[in-house]
Amino acid sequence: MLINQIGYYSLILGLILSLTLCVVSIKDFNISNQQINQNIFSLSFIQLVLIIISFLSLILSFINSDFSNETVFNNSHTTKPLFYKISGTWGNHEGSLLLWLLVLILFIFIFLIKSKDQPKKYRILTLIFQQVIIIGFFLFVLMTSNPFNYLFPIPKEGLGLNPILQDPALAIHPPILYLGYVGASIIFSASLAAVTQKYVSKEWSQHIKKWVLVSWIFLTLGIMLGSIWAYYELGWGGFWFWDPVENVSLMPWLTLTALLHCIIVLERRSALKSWIIILSIATFTLSMCGTFLVRSGILNSVHTFANDPSRGVFILIFLFVLIILSLAIFFLFHKESDKNFKNFFWLSRETSILINNWFMMYFLSVVLIGTIYPIFLDVVSNEKISVGPPFYHKLMAPFLVIFLLFMSVGPKFKWIKSKIENKNSLIITFFVSVMLTFFIVKNLNTDLLFYTVLISAAFFLFFMTLKELFIKKINDISQTIAHFGFSLLILSILFNSILSSEVITNIKIGEKYSYNKKEIFLKKAIEKKESNFNSIIAHFLIRDENGKIVELKPEIRIYNQPEIVTSEAAIKTTLLKDQFLVMNIVKGNDYFNIRYQVKPFMIWIWISVLLLSFGGIISLLKKKI
Amino acid sequence: MYGKKVKLRFIFLVLILASVILTVFLILQSLKENVVYFQSPSEIKSLEELNKKKIRVGGMVKERSVFINSNEINFIITDFKNEINVIYSGAVPNLFAEGKGVVAEGFLKDKNYFSATKILAKHDENYKPPEVKEAIGDK
Repeated sequence: MLINQIGYYSLILGLILSLTLCVVSIKDFNISNQQINQNIFSLSFIQLVLIIISFLSLILSFINSDFSNETVFNNSHTTKPLFYKISGTWGNHEGSLLLWLLVLILFIFIFLIKSKDQPKKYRILTLIFQQVIIIGFFLFVLMTSNPFNYLFPIPKEGLGLNPILQDPALAIHPPILYLGYVGASIIFSASLAAVTQKYVSKEWSQHIKKWVLVSWIFLTLGIMLGSIWAYYELGWGGFWFWDPVENVSLMPWLTLTALLHCIIVLERRSALKSWIIILSIATFTLSMCGTFLVRSGILNSVHTFANDPSRGVFILIFLFVLIILSLAIFFLFHKESDKNFKNFFWLSRETSILINNWFMMYFLSVVLIGTIYPIFLDVVSNEKISVGPPFYHKLMAPFLVIFLLFMSVGPKFKWIKSKIENKNSLIITFFVSVMLTFFIVKNLNTDLLFYTVLISAAFFLFFMTLKELFIKKINDISQTIAHFGFSLLILSILFNSILSSEVITNIKIGEKYSYNKKEIFLKKAIEKKESNFNSIIAHFLIRDENGKIVELKPEIRIYNQPEIVTSEAAIKTTLLKDQFLVMNIVKGNDYFNIRYQVKPFMIWIWISVLLLSFGGIISLLKKKI
Repeated sequence: MYGKKVKLRFIFLVLILASVILTVFLILQSLKENVVYFQSPSEIKSLEELNKKKIRVGGMVKERSVFINSNEINFIITDFKNEINVIYSGAVPNLFAEGKGVVAEGFLKDKNYFSATKILAKHDENYKPPEVKEAIGDK
């Protein structure tokens, strides 16, 4: 209980410090010396310590199962394993916001230390903008979602954490994703500060690029973790469903990726200034929108912890204030210098990056409209609709082809003015890709033309980057690895979707189900008791067409607190394919409802996303050229 | 007559405008074809004519209405005013049970028979999709 108080009062002190910091910073802003007032560092440090204390005290309350705390009561239970007691801290609305706040403050502190070589006024302004965001979140936490609410009389037992959140991947998914989202807030504050100080320049780009990379890497990894979790825990048998919740994390990723490419143009050519500012604003706004949509209960998903309209309204107002404020700053202070595109030629690196951006914006609008339109229609006409995967596939696939082609050739161009070099090698690589694809696709029972075109483009990028990797003098290793990872990702996704097979059937213990010379046999089912759930583990023997037998043991868990049934898929992963089996029972029936899938190259999807972010990490660690 | 810069700007503007128009057109066109409407059993009963398009039906699974054999699951979706029979062969989510909320996606055979291609996953015991809540008039 004491811990509770400590956590709460550190939060309030943190808010007061934010306000103090703003005042001190504004005062210091007008003093014309080179150094930032030391007090600002001290205050920021104290603020960081306070928020850490607050966060730790919430973790402690969770570990001690202190049910006088309402958040703990709602989301924890004494029988829960220690690991999930701790991860439960951010597995709920209040705790996750506290984490968000912690990362916000941590990042601005790191920014202050790491930006010593930057102009003073720019740093102070960034601090002020960031503190405005922090104050907004402090108010949000304290007013609508206080994690330290006191309960009396003290309940004996908590309500428990939603079992599907009791999972290792999901324990680290939110912190990683938040590092990405919140990194976008630094980019946002910094670019607004740079606009006001007319500092959008080469030097600035070199300094902000690190932040863009950091948030991009974390966002990429965060999305991947969520996707892996959905794959094995939700039992939908796939890695991406165009679910609104997935979409809202993809949208900032798209703008951030566009920004990542544009920053390089700014660094080399001092161009695209306004566009970069707009992308920075868009990235953070989309991150906030994501929070708003998933937290307010408008989208229904696992992330909707509680449907409290006042929270949605608060975030919505906050979001509007931020957007209007940032756009006002942008239009008041920003003047695009006329020197832009002084030396502009169509065939150049900057054009190819512009093309990349065009595609990013196109993909963004598709995802945005697909996600928002159903909400919009519901508000306007009360009609309930949903937009499914075919919508996205149809709109994206054709453009993906052109995108991949440009991606293969674009990085070969030089800055300012370029010509196409090694035409022969290009043509040969292209020809080889098309032929290879044609022979592969011909043997598959699928839409020949469509997939030949799509896969050829992906193979083209694959070979182009692969060739680059084996040349001794690599221009830009990080870019090549990232692009190689992307080609691998697209290839794995395409082959995965073409070659996947699935059977769904209902089966009793001791029964066999045969199809296409394959056989599924349900040998037995065993009941087992754990501390916080009972489970039914079924033993399936699966014989493939070559007579090879694999045993899979999917599980149904019946959690006691709260009482929820979940399926644990049994997955056998090899480099070539995943065998995925998930089952379900319907109350009062002997039948097990099973879904057996063979998903080729599944693991390569994760590997290629890792490669993609690895490219980012190399770029981050690289010494400046 | 015009400088190179002006010309360049103009080309850019036209390009951007053209691509925006193309994007909007493509998206709207695709939306029209790929949207899935949600309907309650009562709304289906009052349909003038049967639609061939894919729809979603939501409501509660009627008590004692689930029948399973090795390749099919049959059940009834009710909104406590009207009901509809559902034939489904596919995977059911964890929380599919009698007396619980359900959303099924598929095609109407007639006003009483719905052939489902997918039953949507939900995550929470007490959770009812907003559509279902509205369909059964629950606040």
